[in-house]
Amino acid sequence: MSLELLPDTLDTDTVEAVNIDRSIGDFTFPERNKFDAGRGLTEKTIDYISDVKNDPQWVREFRHRALKVFRDKPMPTNWATHDLDNIDFDQIRYYLSDGEKPKRSWDDVPADVLETFERLGIPQQERAFLAGVEAQFDSEAAYSNVKEELTKQGVIFVNSSEGLKEHEEIFRPWFGKVIPTGDNKFSALNSAVFSGGSFIYIPKGLKLKQPLQAYFRINSESFGQFERTLIIADEGAELMYMEGCTAPKFETATLHSAVVELVALKGAKIQYVTVQNWSSNVFNLVTKRGLAMEDAEVRWIDCNIGSRLTMKYPGVIMKGRRARGEVISIALANTGQHQDTGAKMIHAADETTSNVVSKSISVGTGRATYRGQVFIPKHLKGCKNNTECDALLINNKSRTDTYPAITVKGNQHATQHEASVSQVSREMLFYMMQRGISEGAAMSLAVNGFINDLVREFPMEYSVELKRLIDLEMEGSVG
Amino acid sequence: MSLLIENLHASLEDGTPILKGVNLEIPAGEVHAIMGPNGSGKSTLSKVIAGHEAYKVTAGSVTMDGVDVLELDIDQRSRAGLFLAFQYPAEVPGVSNANFIRAALQARLPKGEELDAVAYYKNLYAKMDLLEINRKFTARSVNEGFSGGEKKRNEILQLMMLEPTYVILDETDSGLDIDALKIVAKGVNAMRSAHRGFLLITHYQRLLDYIAPDHVHVMAAGQIVRSGGADLALELEENGYDFLKELAPA
Repeated sequence: MSLELLPDTLDTDTVEAVNIDRSIGDFTFPERNKFDAGRGLTEKTIDYISDVKNDPQWVREFRHRALKVFRDKPMPTNWATHDLDNIDFDQIRYYLSDGEKPKRSWDDVPADVLETFERLGIPQQERAFLAGVEAQFDSEAAYSNVKEELTKQGVIFVNSSEGLKEHEEIFRPWFGKVIPTGDNKFSALNSAVFSGGSFIYIPKGLKLKQPLQAYFRINSESFGQFERTLIIADEGAELMYMEGCTAPKFETATLHSAVVELVALKGAKIQYVTVQNWSSNVFNLVTKRGLAMEDAEVRWIDCNIGSRLTMKYPGVIMKGRRARGEVISIALANTGQHQDTGAKMIHAADETTSNVVSKSISVGTGRATYRGQVFIPKHLKGCKNNTECDALLINNKSRTDTYPAITVKGNQHATQHEASVSQVSREMLFYMMQRGISEGAAMSLAVNGFINDLVREFPMEYSVELKRLIDLEMEGSVG
Repeated sequence: MSLLIENLHASLEDGTPILKGVNLEIPAGEVHAIMGPNGSGKSTLSKVIAGHEAYKVTAGSVTMDGVDVLELDIDQRSRAGLFLAFQYPAEVPGVSNANFIRAALQARLPKGEELDAVAYYKNLYAKMDLLEINRKFTARSVNEGFSGGEKKRNEILQLMMLEPTYVILDETDSGLDIDALKIVAKGVNAMRSAHRGFLLITHYQRLLDYIAPDHVHVMAAGQIVRSGGADLALELEENGYDFLKELAPA
């Protein structure tokens, strides 16, 4: 039974903007050169990538330096799961163009994936791409109208290579500054082999009414392994950016290591929405961080449902006075999955505020982990942090861990940390079932209820799909 | 047509017997009341009939219009027409009252058929108005932060929306002031019909001033020990349960 929960408000502007006509799309393969960097990572791989992309010299050097950093850094298994040791770096293809990506036949697509497409109402044309039956989905036609509108307003919205080449003066000053190459082993890897992703600049004072979507830039690289995104909102600008999709996305590539840097200049606001539902073979290791200047705000709205292992701790460095950072996170870990997520809030100016709300659901033998870092140094005044992390365990073999790391120095700050672990109580289930609701539907209701106030933070299009997706995940879980 | 309980024995998971041979018939169209001292098994009876997993039926039967209730799962019993107004209704955070009741109604429709939203809300508001429940409660999470009185009225609201055949009200009057009690009674009385049977479980005679029963039973130590008309309740009110000591089974 699918439960359509009615939204409380309907922002018609937003709905119109996201209802792009998905039936438009030409599925012939245009002529594209075929590129394959081969397996394994060496200096030659870097040069191959830079050659194909025609990178400026400084980018090529940036990549080479990053490769060295990547090699020098150990795997962080002293604190992270040893499952990371199962990544075979020598077997991975670090750059592969459209035509070279392996395709599945429909026979190889698992039945549950097909069912999900059906239940989520994914248009027929998209299913082939998402299932890996076809290597690309051409969204250019749908995208072109939007692009025209944006360009008129002075918005830059291109992929990473184009951004660094054609708009160096805008992006280079911030590139690698929010997340330095050496931040961690995987930001170093990304810095060496990055490809695809979105580079966006919003001019001063422009407040975008419609969310920008990674979907608009779909090509194989947008769903690629090593996306690099950099979004700069100039003073007073506002935007919402959405990436990912609720439909399960089949990937042969087992390692995804993206880097997302956000820069919100004075008075600007960036909201970054992600729904991640990678197939269950994927290691999804992502570094995301935003810089918020005076009176600016960076908000991460993050939902992790897929992948074998996700490690992701969206962060905000509040660098200007009264800057605000927020992380809203939902994670669902089913059997065979580990969602290791959290937040990093670094206060670097007076009167800054940060808020973290994390809700995780562990189903079957799934494991959810929360790691939250909050840092407020002694010399600051009037900072506030609020953290709430709630975990729901569905079965008695599911697992959840919480590792808060809160460092607050000085005596003029307010910090609050609240954590809970709960189960769907037998009494609650009895009550719902006594009203005629089946056990499976009752569990779904309870789980959706648990995350309800966070789901509301997602744009309508996502929130409806999210609820359906969670219903699907819960269906197999009863017992 | 009736809810028929025959020689029902039930115990806790650890084997402790609670119901020791309950015999009771509630014909459609009638209101029966059960009174009795604490620990007599009154609430347990309601939970066992509803199918709560904490109890094991060790003997006897429960049938509803001929259908074997004990063979059915909790939700199946509900859809077959059984409703339990809980003594301590559970909270369901994040699920609105409107959506909850809607889900319950939707569960009764054949697969593929959708509940008409407009008709649903019209009906819901009409019942809420009758029960003097503020319309804002549609958006509140089920029972979350509700006062005792609000929870009990919410039970009656669900009763009115689901239109069951056999209704068990488990100490619905406990914790209610006179005004709340009158509203609850109003809702219950509005649902009385030739096709519906009620079982009121209560400690106090007071509720029965507002919902007039056809029969009153007394339960003690897991059994019905005495049955009578409405005046039996008055007798109990005056004399207490002392007489039961003489009737207590060996």
